[in-house]
Amino acid sequence: MPDLSLEVNGKTLPVKDVDPSTPLLWVLRDHLGLVGTKFGCGGGFCGACTVQLDGKPIRSCSVTVSSAVNGKITTIEGLASVDNVLHPLQQAWIELDVAQCGYCQAGQIMSAAALLSKNPKPTDADIDDAMSGNICRCATYTRIRKAIHTAADKLAALSTEIGGVV
Amino acid sequence: MNSIMLHDIINEAEMQHGPLALDIRQISRRTFLQLTGIATGGLILGFSLRSEANPVTPAAANEFVPNGFVRIDTDGKITLYAKNPEVGQGVKTSLPMMIAEELDANWDDIQIVQAPINEAYYGRQSAGGSQSTPTSWDICRQAGAVTRSLLVTAAAAQWKVPGAECTTDSGKVLHQASGRSLGYGQLVNDAAKLPVPDPKTVTLKQRQDYKLLGKRISGVDNRKIVTGQPLFGIDTVLPNMLYAAYQKCPATGGKVISANLDEIKALPGIKDAFVLEGNDTVTELMPGVAILATSTWAAFSAKKQLKVKWDESNASKDSWSAAINKAGELAKSPGVETLASSGDINIAYQQAKHVQEAWYSYPFIPHAPMEPQNCTAWVRDGRAEFWAPTQRPQGGITSVSKMLGLTEDKIEVHQIRGGGGFGRRLMNDYMCEVAAISAKVGVPVKLTWTREDDMQHDFYRVGGFHALKGAVDPSGKLSAWEDHFITFTDGTGKPTSGGNINEEEFPLLLVNNTRLTQTMMPLKVPTGPWRAPRSNSIAFAVQSFINELAVAAGRDHVNFLLDIMGEPRWLKPDDINSINTGRAAAVIKLVAEKSGWGKTLPKGHGLGLAFHFSHAGHVAEVAEVSVDANKKLTVHKVTVVADVGPIINMSGAENQCQGAVIDGYSTALGLGLSIENGRIQETNFNQYPILRMKNAPVVAVHFIESEFNPTGLGEPALPPAAPAICNAIFAACGIRVRELPLTKSGFTV
Repeated sequence: MPDLSLEVNGKTLPVKDVDPSTPLLWVLRDHLGLVGTKFGCGGGFCGACTVQLDGKPIRSCSVTVSSAVNGKITTIEGLASVDNVLHPLQQAWIELDVAQCGYCQAGQIMSAAALLSKNPKPTDADIDDAMSGNICRCATYTRIRKAIHTAADKLAALSTEIGGVV
Repeated sequence: MNSIMLHDIINEAEMQHGPLALDIRQISRRTFLQLTGIATGGLILGFSLRSEANPVTPAAANEFVPNGFVRIDTDGKITLYAKNPEVGQGVKTSLPMMIAEELDANWDDIQIVQAPINEAYYGRQSAGGSQSTPTSWDICRQAGAVTRSLLVTAAAAQWKVPGAECTTDSGKVLHQASGRSLGYGQLVNDAAKLPVPDPKTVTLKQRQDYKLLGKRISGVDNRKIVTGQPLFGIDTVLPNMLYAAYQKCPATGGKVISANLDEIKALPGIKDAFVLEGNDTVTELMPGVAILATSTWAAFSAKKQLKVKWDESNASKDSWSAAINKAGELAKSPGVETLASSGDINIAYQQAKHVQEAWYSYPFIPHAPMEPQNCTAWVRDGRAEFWAPTQRPQGGITSVSKMLGLTEDKIEVHQIRGGGGFGRRLMNDYMCEVAAISAKVGVPVKLTWTREDDMQHDFYRVGGFHALKGAVDPSGKLSAWEDHFITFTDGTGKPTSGGNINEEEFPLLLVNNTRLTQTMMPLKVPTGPWRAPRSNSIAFAVQSFINELAVAAGRDHVNFLLDIMGEPRWLKPDDINSINTGRAAAVIKLVAEKSGWGKTLPKGHGLGLAFHFSHAGHVAEVAEVSVDANKKLTVHKVTVVADVGPIINMSGAENQCQGAVIDGYSTALGLGLSIENGRIQETNFNQYPILRMKNAPVVAVHFIESEFNPTGLGEPALPPAAPAICNAIFAACGIRVRELPLTKSGFTV
């Protein structure tokens, strides 16, 4: 089986001896050891495996690794800054104590991050729409929505501080 | 006086990775006492109130026998051991909070690790029945208080002042008169040499002095969760580990006749494939085909190519549609067994002003935690080690011990966070499967179930039926209650797990004329506890029917329910597992107030009330819903009032209530399984539509923090949700829902 390389969280990583039809999820988890991206359903129904490909949220269980080789992949491990400052969403998730079991939250955060990058001040309806692909079996939806608003506020404050550019 | 029982033999690495749990059990009392004298940089303290279970035999009857809850290093670092499994109910945070409060340590300076499994030392180490809080309340507080007492004694001795003059705060002992203070770390070597006081003689804090309990504390694993660090069972990776998949017969009880093993073994990445005969125990190891591969995907891909010929002669042939028809037939006859009766129900009916009858039903449902079942095991050299996201690790040890022929001291289970439990992980079938697989190949193996495996091989919440009849007397009071409960039996002569009804189920002890009967139908599909077992379904029938009776009598539901409760009292004196009608009335009154019960509502809106008592928790909920002409349902808000005593972690408690209500709504709205020819028809989330964010109602949570000891909150807020919503639907549009899920009656969202 061929060797590939992937650009994940700003690094080019070799992936050896992999079937090109393998879902990106399993390459991230088993080949690259990035286990923050979770397996929930294998069919793109639950969103636990959400990562970003070129800034767009995708269900990595339903995208082959070969279709991701030319894109930039961001996983939950790469959401904080290189000097480990947490993304405002991650901060808000901790402050509001969003998680119960926590298993779906990486996927939730990656969907939310994609939303905020194109819509920095989302309404409840915007949030509901953007998060419609992510199930939380513990039903922490109330806090997820609130945390996204909190993170949006943090981003707005940050952009004011540094002169309007995030 | 109790003898010294301190030791510092445990280091963090051992706790996390390895042999400690085994070593502790093997330590003789003599060795243990010797070790306690070797203070090499820390103090570990513990004790058990269940000394009879402790493998370290006390020398004297009054001897105090330790176990590990607290570790304080000489540098002041404090480690607290969380004794019970964490599956999202928050105990990895809340149980150590109890210790930290009494220890008077600064929460931000504490690190938490999961304790090894040793129920002889720690008492109950399972996550079920909302029992972690009540069964840990005394032992955790005493662990903290005893430690604090030793540190104070050590400081007082250094300062040559009476202990009573010393206070503690944020990890320090203070002597205010002289302005001196010592950090806990500076005191551990002295403290380790002191006799441990009897925990009963140590004064615990009064509630008004709490600094930590009752506050909003963010979960201890939150940073790992939001940064994607390895945390869950499925994240386990060991050197030279193989990845396994396991295929069982889709109908429970089927056996392997043959399989295309040679074809499977030839597939890419496949290391081995073989049949396991199993031990014919559905909670342990059922027959199937194991596939071992170099990656999860290779194993899953090969599983899709697997062709198994099953012998289904003894397999389940169960059918839900057939059960519905049969239950309807059985309801025409009186119940086979009488479980409870009181008064004279026939006279009550004759004297009644209103008599009401109704037929309620609810389906089978799976647990469907987000993390599919999985477990990692390494069986070698006469021992077995597990990384198991289980709610009941000791149960797994017992099963594996029997299955592999190993004594329990050769089996070690590392507690790993579970991605949702809801009762599913009380069973340890995945642990037995991976044990058998690893035992066969001798290398570490991670078994991962697909979502399809998880949905089709669960221990389901059992479906059921209630033929209810009740009466209201001329004064408007509930005067008769009758339930013919139609459930299932697994062939033992008793109801299948989760399919029984309490003989004291509400409102049986509160009505003068009652009859509870039961009829059972055979079932082979496995069933088990599902979040708030029994209550999650029975409350729907009972609390909806209470509303029917109130409506029939033309009475306000709140007042009707308060009349049923009557004078404040325990239904069984001082038994927290029975209803306290005073606590019940208080949550009902407060939920009415908080929800604006009786307010004017827009057209098409309705309010619905339900109360339920379970797991020692008194909970009342009011739902506000609207229904349009096309039966499009919107649940706008659910108001919750719960009395589970004092709240440990306000953030976690509120989260549990919000989640439980939405879980209850999600399940009532659209979830149910079809079963045909023994097979669960639904295989994934596209056929099992768990509620999504846009349909999640606002859930307002209020607590009555009564003076009783705190009890658990993982479950009791769930049961009232469905009946409150169904009662609100009736108020909104006049449609009475007697069958779940709501989508079966044409409701959409």
